[in-house]
Amino acid sequence: MATPKPRVKVPKKASAGEIITIKTLISHDMESGQRKGKDGNVIPRQIINKFTCEFNGMKVFECDLDPAVAANPYFEFNAKVPESGTFKFTWVDDDGSIYTDEQKIAVN
Amino acid sequence: MMTRRRLLAGTATLTAMAGVAILARPAWATVEATEAAIGAFTGGKTPEPGRITLTAPEIAENGNSVPVTVEVDSPMTEGDYVASVTILADGNPNPEVATFHFTPLSGTAAATTRIRLAKTQNVVAIAKMSDGSTFSDRKEVKVTIGGCGG
Repeated sequence: MATPKPRVKVPKKASAGEIITIKTLISHDMESGQRKGKDGNVIPRQIINKFTCEFNGMKVFECDLDPAVAANPYFEFNAKVPESGTFKFTWVDDDGSIYTDEQKIAVN
Repeated sequence: MMTRRRLLAGTATLTAMAGVAILARPAWATVEATEAAIGAFTGGKTPEPGRITLTAPEIAENGNSVPVTVEVDSPMTEGDYVASVTILADGNPNPEVATFHFTPLSGTAAATTRIRLAKTQNVVAIAKMSDGSTFSDRKEVKVTIGGCGG
């Protein structure tokens, strides 16, 4: 599998205290551990099991994923923006890999 | 109730569906397993109806990717917010689908994701508030092509 590529959509600007919508997508097979390969053996489970979103180090949104989340996990959620800062997104893979992305937002 | 007939019918459909979609584990999540998962999430309490809205399509053409949205009515302040929302599916190999954790910084307790559904079944969403109260909503989703293989 190619290295998972995160894609995140955060508005560039917001007014103080505004609630914005964030959309995230990461390319990942989310192998459920339920399927069998051509050789008849079960393909081992490999999914992203945790997703977090932080704003200036404070937790905004978190999700625990189970194999029933579709491939290329997509999330849409909201965040309240008190000040200018950076959103940090983290995806944790079953194999221990961590994929991250950061997006800045300016409050005017 | 999961009867033997329904189990066999479900398995036959799944096997026919993709040819290669043979389940690694024959045990399906049943209504009982889902109830157990609800109990584990709420701490044994029975969730009340209301305050939470689960939005899912009535008919999903492809069970590999079914969009679901949960929204919970809450002021989302430091003292009163939605702590977590879990999504369960009673006809999948395992009932657990995903659990969202919110904070007052989330602004509103709403989230959308895409899930896998192996067959026509009930999808249940349960919200746990910061004060420990729980609310639930459920929707039946008809699945034309199951999402167990792929």
